[in-house]
Amino acid sequence: MDFGPYLILASIEGAVQAAVLALTAVGLSLVFGVMRVVNVAHGEFYMIGAVLAWWVSTSVGGHPAVGFIAALVLAPLVAGALAALCDFLILRRVDYDPESTIVATIGLLYIIQQTTLMTYGPDARPIEPPFNERIALPWVQYGENGLEWYYPWGFGTTTYKLFVIVAAILLLVGVWAVLARTRIGMILRASQLDPDMARAFGVNVDRVYALVFGAGAALAALAAVLIAPIQQAHYLMGGDPLLLSFIVVIIGGLGSVAGTVVAAVLIGMSDGVISMFFSPTLAKIIATMLVAFVLIFRPQGIFGKRVA
Amino acid sequence: MKREDWRPWALHGGLVATLALLYFVLPPYHAGVLPRVMVLSVYAMGYNILFGYTGLLSLGHAMFFSAGMYGLGLTIQHLDFTPAPAFLVGLIAATLLAAIVGALALRTVGVAFMIVTLMFAQSGFLAALYFGEYTRGDEGFAIQQADRVLWGVDLSNETNRFFAALILFAITLFTIAFVVRSAFGRALVAIRENEARAEMLGYNVTRLKLQAMILSGLIAGAGGAAYALLFGYAGATFASVQYSILPLLWVLLGGAGTTIGPFVGALFMFYLIDFSSEFTDAYLLVAGLALVLLTLFARAGIVGELRRRVWGWLP
Amino acid sequence: MMPKGKNNSSMFTRRGALSVLGAGAAATTAPGVFGYAQAQSSEPIKIGFQVHRTGIGAAYGRWYDRTTTAAVAKINDAGGINGRPIEIVAEDDGTDPKRGAEVIEKFATRHNCDIAFGTLFSHVVYGSSPRAGELKLPYFVVSEGHHVASGALNRYTLQPGITDVKSQVQAMAPYVADNLGKKVTMIFPDFAFGHDHRDFFSAAIEAQGGEVVAKIAIPPTETSFTKYFPKIPASTEVVYHVMVGPAVLTFVKEMGEFFGPSAPQIFGFIDSLEAVDITSPGLQFLEGSYFWEGFPRYAQPNQTEFDKAYRTAVGVDDNGASVSDSADVSTYAHMFGCWETLYIIKAGMEASGYQGPADRAKLIEAVEAMSDMPESHEHPQGLKKFNGKTHQTFGLQYISKVEGGRLNLVHTTSLEDGLYEDEVDYTTKSF
Repeated sequence: MDFGPYLILASIEGAVQAAVLALTAVGLSLVFGVMRVVNVAHGEFYMIGAVLAWWVSTSVGGHPAVGFIAALVLAPLVAGALAALCDFLILRRVDYDPESTIVATIGLLYIIQQTTLMTYGPDARPIEPPFNERIALPWVQYGENGLEWYYPWGFGTTTYKLFVIVAAILLLVGVWAVLARTRIGMILRASQLDPDMARAFGVNVDRVYALVFGAGAALAALAAVLIAPIQQAHYLMGGDPLLLSFIVVIIGGLGSVAGTVVAAVLIGMSDGVISMFFSPTLAKIIATMLVAFVLIFRPQGIFGKRVA
Repeated sequence: MKREDWRPWALHGGLVATLALLYFVLPPYHAGVLPRVMVLSVYAMGYNILFGYTGLLSLGHAMFFSAGMYGLGLTIQHLDFTPAPAFLVGLIAATLLAAIVGALALRTVGVAFMIVTLMFAQSGFLAALYFGEYTRGDEGFAIQQADRVLWGVDLSNETNRFFAALILFAITLFTIAFVVRSAFGRALVAIRENEARAEMLGYNVTRLKLQAMILSGLIAGAGGAAYALLFGYAGATFASVQYSILPLLWVLLGGAGTTIGPFVGALFMFYLIDFSSEFTDAYLLVAGLALVLLTLFARAGIVGELRRRVWGWLP
Repeated sequence: MMPKGKNNSSMFTRRGALSVLGAGAAATTAPGVFGYAQAQSSEPIKIGFQVHRTGIGAAYGRWYDRTTTAAVAKINDAGGINGRPIEIVAEDDGTDPKRGAEVIEKFATRHNCDIAFGTLFSHVVYGSSPRAGELKLPYFVVSEGHHVASGALNRYTLQPGITDVKSQVQAMAPYVADNLGKKVTMIFPDFAFGHDHRDFFSAAIEAQGGEVVAKIAIPPTETSFTKYFPKIPASTEVVYHVMVGPAVLTFVKEMGEFFGPSAPQIFGFIDSLEAVDITSPGLQFLEGSYFWEGFPRYAQPNQTEFDKAYRTAVGVDDNGASVSDSADVSTYAHMFGCWETLYIIKAGMEASGYQGPADRAKLIEAVEAMSDMPESHEHPQGLKKFNGKTHQTFGLQYISKVEGGRLNLVHTTSLEDGLYEDEVDYTTKSF
């Protein structure tokens, strides 16, 4: 494939990855920002989202869109409720101690994976997209009659992929609006800056934490429902999104939602573009080292403020 | 000046002696399990230097473990090294890597440090796949029995393997017991407790952290090299993220910043999975529940709780 | 090259030490150490089954489990082995080489199994095999890896029930070159299994006058694939794909979307879609493409009575799915290996007059002496030839075409297509 179409194709793929990654990572960032804990089970809530999407869409029947819309509503609710329950039963009781939270959420990761394996099974299962038209993209070349349009082999995308990008952008704007423009957002920021002070002003910080933990998981599940029709649902699919969103949150700068989104776009896009120039595994190695070096020379992340 | 407390030395000596004795008393299965647990707890003890004593949480120690493993395995496989020089290559590889990664990663702190170490380890894992021609990637390679004879001692033999593992375990345990009571070890704890104050007291914090990282990587590498030598296998699985998380788990379970905690944690985790897998296929569920319960009821880990509640002298 | 000592000396032996320690200590350990020395003739034969119940091999493991259970029931109903029933001791290895070695240890010294059996994933075989050799536990793998035949393992490790990847791949080249095209682009996972495909197929297609025009190795951590497909050169006549792991389905779907209506010929290893329904949404484009199958998933018009009986016994319908759940698709191209291996173990134990662990070496010699295995109820997948020197079996391979959402058999290879020169002679190695 020529360089031009290849670059555009890699960019579209990168944008889809970035969109889903941004949603997943914003969930983690929210939890990290407000509660200052790492949720190692974050990827498992993502997985639950995809598995629920399969389950809902196969049990609803009718047009795939019906199941898809039902999954968009149900999956985040269930994942969120489950996460809030975990917060209530476990994290609250260890006082959000960072190390204990890591061990406890590793425990949760095992529990969720094994439960999914026993109920949903080990298979990769596909989910039918609500709509999915292939769009062949044109490109120009200099032919006998001067510049002319043609359709390069393999150069195209699907309507559903474009939908995922748009949907993720809308959802992210929604998250931003809630955080920046509503009372809930204000309470969250207050709890983040100074939990004790927030308590003194009558904020039920425990409830805020449960809500945030649930909302973080719900965002991951939502991202998974969006990507599942492109990919699949599998009980081990949570590992990769966890690593990537973790990276994105740190690169973006802790607790900065805008930074997280920018970092997701950077990581998602660069992954696609770097893969054009090197053999795939070498490209992965380079992209991984790049992340390490960005942090080495800017430990506070791109948007983070340097701690004195 | 206070007299040296004899109890830690009795504990460590007693542990090593008990392990040696157990070999003759335990049924063969458990006698075969122990060397594995001892080698893995060497890895965990290395991790504990950095995490438990210095307070630096690395998510990339699998790269040091696998550097030791590949340092030994590749030189035996492709350069026909004998085990002793191959083991040395493993140690050097892990130490060098720890020095380089440390020099770079220690510019960061906290979660950034976690990510940087994780990223380096992930690059290492991918590199093991990328150079599959030599490493055979994820599949790895077996080290033949004939290549595992150290100074005339066949390490694939049950007895020899057990005592080789015990010797390495004992050396590591006593080294760490000595180090943590030394001025260097106390300086590390000072950094863990309050880095700013340690700096104010005149410690060269940057250099101390790098030294801790190098020691930690060296010991982790010794664990990896020993694993390959004693069990005859090297593969990229051991370089994966999962194997960076395991020592963290073992150390937290056993008790971070305790000398015998890593061993207790590795032993506990092994038997937890081994026993529960006899009753149920869902042993991961049991392991997960156990981890959750531990954080709820024994947050300092097994040895850590003992120290907190019963024996305050535990090292 | 430095001389390598063949020194088996030990500081002192466990048993020697036991006798020194005296009767008291010895008595407490005796059951474990000596308990299996005189097995009663009515006692079951214990087969340690190393199964992938968790981890990336779980979809395979579940069906290996079902096939094994079915074969054991059949053998036991027919009187067992030498009049003794088989007892399966299953342990999950988590598809992990470290746990695999631990499980082998457990079979040998805790469960006192006679043999170990059943591993699929190559890295688990590699991790476990050294331990099996040291414990002198015959280890029958069903992995299709080239590890056994390459000589990298030991005399206690055998693969008599399934053809290895080198032979499978080599046997595909003539059909691909003659019917699909000579310019091939290969897409494979960037680890050992994928490299085997790359190396063996490249050599085999060149021998047929074809060439591999591009080799695209995908890192196993990858979850999206479209960005790699533009690397496929436009001159490609055939795309050869093989993928394993949790993202297989994504891979195949994205490949279809990438090509749209103007795809070249596509030839894949069914590994990319084992346990996946071929009629799944997103897989429509596979229509007209070709697959290697170890054993045709869909019952063919010329189905043998052996396939029919085997299918019924395992509980698989004519579409290759579970009879109780049509969405539960089997790993039909691989799992027959468990069935056939168990029958080979039975034949080997009967030929050697196997009584207990003391006869393990005799069992291996008996299996090494085997050669032709005709198509039968014991070998429903087809005719096989076992090579005792390399511990590897060679069988027929099948190529199917996707037509109307079904895999229809279009070609059966000959045994000769898959033969290659011996790379090792295990029979010269000591027990």
